[in-house]
Amino acid sequence: MNSGLDVEKIRPDFPILNQIIQGHPLVYFDNAATTQKPVEVIDAVRKYYEESNANVHRGVHTLSERASELYENARADAARFLNAKQPEEIVFVRNATEGINLVSAAWARKFLSAGDGILLTEMEHHANLVPWQVLAKEKDLRLLFIPIDSDGRLQLDKLDDLLAQNVKLLAVTHASNVLGTVNPVAEIVHKAKQQGVVTVIDGAQAAPHLKVDVQKIACDFYVCTGHKMLGPTGSGFVYGQIARWQEADPYQTGGSMINEVTYESSTWNEPPWKFEAGTPDMAAAVGLTPALGYLSSVGLDNIMKHEAALADYGLKRLSEIEGIQLYGPKTSRDRVGIISFNLKGVHSHDVATVCDSFGVAVRSGHHCAQPLIRKFGVAATARASFYLYNTTQEIDRLVESLEEARRILA
Amino acid sequence: MDLYREAILDHWKHPKHFGLLEVPDISVRSINPQCGDEMTIQLKVKDGRVTDFGFQGESCAISRAAASLMSEQVIGKTFAEIKAMTEADHLGRLGAPLNPSRQKCGLLSLETLKRAILQYESSRNTPEHD
Repeated sequence: MNSGLDVEKIRPDFPILNQIIQGHPLVYFDNAATTQKPVEVIDAVRKYYEESNANVHRGVHTLSERASELYENARADAARFLNAKQPEEIVFVRNATEGINLVSAAWARKFLSAGDGILLTEMEHHANLVPWQVLAKEKDLRLLFIPIDSDGRLQLDKLDDLLAQNVKLLAVTHASNVLGTVNPVAEIVHKAKQQGVVTVIDGAQAAPHLKVDVQKIACDFYVCTGHKMLGPTGSGFVYGQIARWQEADPYQTGGSMINEVTYESSTWNEPPWKFEAGTPDMAAAVGLTPALGYLSSVGLDNIMKHEAALADYGLKRLSEIEGIQLYGPKTSRDRVGIISFNLKGVHSHDVATVCDSFGVAVRSGHHCAQPLIRKFGVAATARASFYLYNTTQEIDRLVESLEEARRILA
Repeated sequence: MDLYREAILDHWKHPKHFGLLEVPDISVRSINPQCGDEMTIQLKVKDGRVTDFGFQGESCAISRAAASLMSEQVIGKTFAEIKAMTEADHLGRLGAPLNPSRQKCGLLSLETLKRAILQYESSRNTPEHD
């Protein structure tokens, strides 16, 4: 494959890949759900517990200082990874869902009022839909949606009209977890800003695969989840422009997020700590550092090229299967390595079960995007999602499994 | 593959009692939130007994085969007998081991059937007939 990435050198870094599932070498194609972790990440978490574990920002003793330093270093690494202006613009959360709930509860609940519009797209993950539905109900807001075309791309010619409908907040996914579509978020944010609209980008499916520069995108908030980018579970992080964080209300309240507490009332700590109530997931943050380091050392441009090659090969090989329906853009242009599909006459759950019997892990179901899946007239799809350690030979194994599923069930 | 035995495949490709009834006494729709699959079960009832059964829905082979196999048992049963049907017996009819996530597929029909009976009873506001 013509990409600057040596898969054979990368694969041994991921111990979990080297195993037999149902008598076959594992093919892990469920990376859009969560990615596997390199030894650097696993070792960092282990080393943290063996050498540095203590509560952060609490004690003056050596271990607490050490843990605090590692935790804050991870914040600085996340800030650098997204090209934020300063580490204080990064708030740690568990995952992207919590990240969007944080933005909704801390910023949007305070600044949106009855009749205001929230502009989403038809391709959002439930994480970037349900929190806004709940807020809309609570505050009598209106939800609007940028429609998608049959190729799974946003109909941006409708954007101006939609923004003009008293929209105050725009929340858009950078890349679709079902279709793989990469949206032109800088262009969308630019138009939104001209109308004074505050912008939230769900980067869960983009930040693992392509170079993200929050200053270039110029969004107000950018939400990431570390476990989908080689990091531990619980290592989510949200970028927010410092002014947005400063004007926002606390999210959860209690330990650590305070400045001064009396029996009657409290004042708040500065951002980002104002938004990190209670003991954070320190080990996850510590494991995020080597995850981001791994991605940077391989190079996100190389990862993107590698995935584009896999997507092109996958789209070509899968489209040769009789009775297959592919969803999303037909080429790898502006696309991450996610392919959703259905086999005629076979349910996606059965597809996934047959694939699993050949050691091939694919997702099936609605992928937490029920309205989008229903738009395509189906209840569920199967999904193969690729990452830096996957190969074209593995795609051949997927194709063989799908042929078998068709033979048995169609 | 062990799971997709001939019996399951036969019920997947040629499900029994598949299709809606003309004038059902009960109609209940269920969704499996894990996958978004849906199933509608309809019943005709008389004197606390099921006299006809129909089902329809977007579902996988396991879910459909389980409903089809169940349909052959349901007609003629009393409400009390249906309430006493066990998950183990229901999954046992498939004759293949299911992992926990696929068990949910298999159990959708039994859960929907039991819900249908309860809903019918509460709508009639009468205790079950034995």
